[in-house]
Amino acid sequence: MENTTKRYWKGVEELRNDSEFVKNANSEFANVNSEEDLLGKDPQRRDFLKAMGFGMAAVSLAACEAPVRKAIPYLNKPEFTFPSISDYYASTYAENGDYAPVLVETREGRPIKIEGNPASSITKGGTTARVQASVLSLYDIDKLKGPKRGETDVKWEVADREIINQLNTVAGRGGAIRIITGTIISPSTKAVVADFVAKYPTARHIQYDVNSVSGLIQANQISFGQAVVPSYRFDNAQTIVSIGADFLGTWVAPLDFALPYAQGRKVGATKKDMSRHYQFETIMSMTGSNADYRGTYKPSQEGLVVASLYNKVAAKLGGASIAGVTATEVQYLDKAAADLVASRGRALVVSGSNDPNVQIVVNALNSLLGSYGSTIDLGTPLNYRQGNDGQMNAFINEAKAGTVQAVMFFGANPVYDHPRGAELADALPKMALSLSFADRADETASLCKYITPAPHYLECWGDAEPKRGFYSITQPAITHIYKTRQFQTSLLTWAGRPNDFQAYLKNYWRTNLYSQASGAGSFDQFWIQTLNDGVFEPNKGATAASSASFNAGTLGVAGSAIAQRYRPTNNIELALYETVGVGTGALANNPWLQELPDPVTKACWDNYATISQKTAKEKGWEQGDMVSVSVDGKAAIEVPVLIQPGQADNTIGVAIGYGREKAGRSANTVGKNAYPFVSITNGYINLSAVNAKVEGASGRREIAQTQTHETVMGRRAVLQETTLAAYKKDKAAGSYRPKVETSEGPVTPTDITLWNGYGKPNHSWGMVIDLNSCIGCGTCIVGCNSENNIQVVGRDEVIMRREMHWMRIDRYYSSDGEEGDYKALEVASANPEVTHMPMLCQHCSNAPCETVCPVLATTHSTEGLNQMTYNRCIGTRYCANNCPYKVRRFNWFKYFDNDNFDYHFNNDLGKMVINPDVTVRSRGVIEKCSFCVQRIQEGKLTAKKERRRLLPDEVQVACAQACPTNAIVFGDMNNPESSISKVLATELESRAFHVLEEINVRPQISYLTKIRNKDEGPKQESVQESQA
Amino acid sequence: MYNNSQDKLLRMSRLSKFCGALALSLALLFNGSQTNAQDSVAAAGGGPAAATPAPASGGGDVEKGKSLFNNNCAQCHAVTEEALVGPGLKGVRQRTPGEAWLQKWIRNSSALIATGDAYAVQVFNKYNKIQMSNFPNLTDDDIKSILDYVDSANAAPAAAAVVGGGTSAATSTQTGDGGGSPSSLFTFVLVALLIVMLLVLGVLLVIVTILSKAVQPVGVTAEGTAATGASLVDRLRTGLTNTVNNSIVRSVVIWLFVLVATKAIIDGTFSVGIQQGYAPKQPIQYSHKLHAGQYKIDCNYCHTGVNKGKSATIPAANICMNCHGVIKKESPEIQKIYAAIEQNRPIEWVRVHNLPDLAYFNHAQHVNVGNIQCQTCHGEIEKMEVVEQRSSLTMGWCIDCHRKTEVNTKDNAYYDKLVALHKKETKEPLKVANIGGLECSKCHY
Repeated sequence: MENTTKRYWKGVEELRNDSEFVKNANSEFANVNSEEDLLGKDPQRRDFLKAMGFGMAAVSLAACEAPVRKAIPYLNKPEFTFPSISDYYASTYAENGDYAPVLVETREGRPIKIEGNPASSITKGGTTARVQASVLSLYDIDKLKGPKRGETDVKWEVADREIINQLNTVAGRGGAIRIITGTIISPSTKAVVADFVAKYPTARHIQYDVNSVSGLIQANQISFGQAVVPSYRFDNAQTIVSIGADFLGTWVAPLDFALPYAQGRKVGATKKDMSRHYQFETIMSMTGSNADYRGTYKPSQEGLVVASLYNKVAAKLGGASIAGVTATEVQYLDKAAADLVASRGRALVVSGSNDPNVQIVVNALNSLLGSYGSTIDLGTPLNYRQGNDGQMNAFINEAKAGTVQAVMFFGANPVYDHPRGAELADALPKMALSLSFADRADETASLCKYITPAPHYLECWGDAEPKRGFYSITQPAITHIYKTRQFQTSLLTWAGRPNDFQAYLKNYWRTNLYSQASGAGSFDQFWIQTLNDGVFEPNKGATAASSASFNAGTLGVAGSAIAQRYRPTNNIELALYETVGVGTGALANNPWLQELPDPVTKACWDNYATISQKTAKEKGWEQGDMVSVSVDGKAAIEVPVLIQPGQADNTIGVAIGYGREKAGRSANTVGKNAYPFVSITNGYINLSAVNAKVEGASGRREIAQTQTHETVMGRRAVLQETTLAAYKKDKAAGSYRPKVETSEGPVTPTDITLWNGYGKPNHSWGMVIDLNSCIGCGTCIVGCNSENNIQVVGRDEVIMRREMHWMRIDRYYSSDGEEGDYKALEVASANPEVTHMPMLCQHCSNAPCETVCPVLATTHSTEGLNQMTYNRCIGTRYCANNCPYKVRRFNWFKYFDNDNFDYHFNNDLGKMVINPDVTVRSRGVIEKCSFCVQRIQEGKLTAKKERRRLLPDEVQVACAQACPTNAIVFGDMNNPESSISKVLATELESRAFHVLEEINVRPQISYLTKIRNKDEGPKQESVQESQA
Repeated sequence: MYNNSQDKLLRMSRLSKFCGALALSLALLFNGSQTNAQDSVAAAGGGPAAATPAPASGGGDVEKGKSLFNNNCAQCHAVTEEALVGPGLKGVRQRTPGEAWLQKWIRNSSALIATGDAYAVQVFNKYNKIQMSNFPNLTDDDIKSILDYVDSANAAPAAAAVVGGGTSAATSTQTGDGGGSPSSLFTFVLVALLIVMLLVLGVLLVIVTILSKAVQPVGVTAEGTAATGASLVDRLRTGLTNTVNNSIVRSVVIWLFVLVATKAIIDGTFSVGIQQGYAPKQPIQYSHKLHAGQYKIDCNYCHTGVNKGKSATIPAANICMNCHGVIKKESPEIQKIYAAIEQNRPIEWVRVHNLPDLAYFNHAQHVNVGNIQCQTCHGEIEKMEVVEQRSSLTMGWCIDCHRKTEVNTKDNAYYDKLVALHKKETKEPLKVANIGGLECSKCHY
């Protein structure tokens, strides 16, 4: 596989690196005046004719001779692999505690797409944007190609010898050895670490999480004597209150929580009730954007909000109240308390705070509400986050003191992402042995003496236990691309044990897990079955542990600690947050994630300072103005302002995970590093700062946003929503059925038409998108990118609105403007309601794009598809102009062959991710969602080969398959057995609507009305609140 | 700048001359290439494609036996008396010691020889001591099916020939149609050119005659009959000069030339990028004529993906080794395969049939579902020493076939609904075009 990184020279001048060549290398066209060079200084007519004649003849001759193409078969073909036919392997994505059981689609031995594993009872086939994008990281050209000692390449044998020697020396003199990792959820890997520790007794394993829940674990230790993160059952909850926990986006295990949350909020013919979600937070998080009622607080109030809520509930239920806490009034807090009490036994309170005292109060609140055993299960702890802030802190103290003499980093980059990273960076060179398993020379690894790179998870063996009693297997889908070696193999080698990790893993399962399998036959049968299924869940269906006994004595201590720590300020306070895409920055060199717009701000390729409208007005800042942010006199960063409706006044939000310096071409210099502002308060990582210094700075920087309008401006034809109360009274509440005037009076638009329409005799492919289930996470976008070879265009092109995503999620804020006052309706409310609306080609049956194409490059099929034929398109863009949904994208450049777009399509390795069934579009053509026609064709062919009809739901599009909440249902509307037909059968008369129905384009995509679990409409609500 | 109008005019005329010359050269160029293509089409025409003999008597066992035979036995044995690598199988049941013996022999012949079985040793020695491959996976039923098929194939060779002939006739017609359209166009152009030239000749003759007559009386009155003989050449020259100087004649000739050249250029442009007749030299001189033609090895045996996926697949070296592990080991061409395996370097064949990336073609859809013969698109592959591209592989060629070909709906439940709907509307047969076979997204995505 080594030759996949082969470089080809365009000519000798590139090899020599001539200055002239370098100058022109980056321009798409050679920067020469062709007329002058070809024809001399003073072109004569005859010269022109000569040149033209030669050119024509040359072009004609060149066109006549086709290049010789080679066909290279296998030398020894594997029996069950056929070129052009996909194989799927069950595996597991488990990176730094993020977990997803997956199916890896491989073509001729190379992974091209990740799907969720439907056999998993945790995710049921759902994925996240990061999981979908992970396949691209496999083909990252910036990765190391083998082990390194400092700057020099070494052989594995040499590195092993030297490292073992030094480990022995350090251990011999009793020096401490530390293995620093992110959360490891693999039981066998932990066994390997234990074996290593057995060989080197001075070694210790320390896990840490960037977005830590160490405080939550500590609180459960204090309250219940169990240092765990419990399972949360969002589907069981009637009232959900989240205080600063972005549980759908970034808190603990979003993939685990999203589906049950969405299930609790789906309504339909048989289910007329849904959970009510309150969110109290500082910034507008993705989870907050899905809440029914949302209130804001400043970081300095967090503990007080939790304590006040507790006191309000305790007052009603007769629990002990917390004394000495300033009562804090936050909008809807009273209402939340009332609802929690009303739904006692089916209530759930979660907090994103990393302060154990706050979490103890949350535990007390949940105990009071009877949540344990119902919506919280302490018996099935979650393993996603195991980091211990205290241990990590102690390690850095030891490192500074010089007691740690050898350190290893795996899945950890503390120099970049730990608040004390700079101190560690100073201490590292003093250690006898420092090494990193990072796949690139990142901020930490570049300071280490050795880098022994570990491969991507798709090249690895492994396992995972995300929840107690739920296991899954990681198996390699491709051989090692570079000379890398698994972390586990390296540890076993250095521990002097047999280093075949595959055998080790199998043996571990034989000894530890095989006994839990009932009726599985021999171990080999069990093993093969598990490899096939990907998951093994002996604990599936176990009932929640009965209520836990809360240690009430700790509440008072926690209360007084809160009263001491949380004191409201008048400062501008800083809230740091993790984004849904780039996250903590570990995956920053993945251009798909960089270009994924943030679910709420719709910005990409940057981080920025979010501030509320009111604060912006007070300070006189506008969107894009640079501000300088600093905490405690640390070096300030300058970021542009982004005005964010719904953010707490007098606060500023900045995303972590940006400002990488040594991650690679897509990540370096993107955004600013906010990690230095993370602090350690009472030993726990604290992602907020109450004393931030924020000042206006000179200059402006435009933020690359994919959506710049903010409200729907009262157009009910675009977006339809209602409240649960209204829906219960009328199942068609909130639906807007437009009429058009005719000479015979108003009629529905579909009754009058110019067109004959298309028959759909065989299949009629359609989609239903449930706006109630869509949480806006953007997984579908990345899934679509991966399936359809969609190009990454970069920040500058996004600013010019030239992003290529076939699918986007429109995010709309509500407005306080009066109906008809469009100027006022343009402005979002201070604390708006948010709707996420996936928007893609609607496959109109009366498609406006088709009628304006001068070359018939876009036509209609008999299966309801709006077809786009790239080879016919001449790029007039009339279709894009005439599309009412604005979903057509134009290829302004030949992105895959242009060094200005140096992401993954411009190198041989990155091109391996291309789906061979989908054409890579060239410059000058329009493209758009095809309803994954390649999958439809493949599904039909499979049915034909087996001489049968297509099964219902046999064909799935990439977005529907990727969706973690089943918000997208795709299928054949002609088949009454398909899910889409069943949904439409009940919803056609109630919630289903077409966007812009009055223009009668008859889309194949229907949306289901968004329903908010509110008592009344938003207007009256706010009036009542202000009167109260 | 050019302010002299005459100069300008002169330059203009030069320009037109240049363009004319260019057009002419291009026309010749394209004509040349098209002639080449035509040659190959002509060579491809005629000659029935040999199809594998179809069984005369039905029965599931015989059918199964046929496919087992084709996949396992056909590369070394014929159903007739003809000896290929091993003996012809006609009458094999009668001449061998019995079916139980045959079962042992087929599953493991070397073991049988080792026991010293007289008949086994005799057969082994008679056929150059080439060891027969072992087929331990074949059940008794499988072997019985194969033998039944051998018997049935020999019992009714006449019927088989008829069926086979029918298929091949249909095949060759389709091949002719597929490649025929450019050749008929070319003939049409040739004939049209000939007619035009004859017309021009006729017009010229008429003009010459008229002019001669017009000139003659003048000569007679002025100089009398004496000068007649001498001035004949002069008169002819004058007549021709007048004709050439006649602007009508000149413009007619120029316009005809321009029209013909334009037509040739347009025709030529359509053939750009078409590699019909492309027969590159391959790294190993593999002969389909020998393997598919003479030894009648089923296409499926080597091109294993043809019923499964998009690509028919070029066989891996291990498939070659199924036979060439024992057969013709000394041939320098076969040695190349050994070398490839030893060096662990795959064989780089030259692709003959190249579709652009923007067109999606799937073999399984056509061969497995559509039951199209390989020869329909690839020509008489079993007669080709070197594989060449027989069909044009243009979109017009694809579409043409989709318009004409009936959908193979037999026993395929997928099509039931479409067939029922189609029958309601018309009595015409269900063509590929009727079920969306001409839609863009069937091939372009």
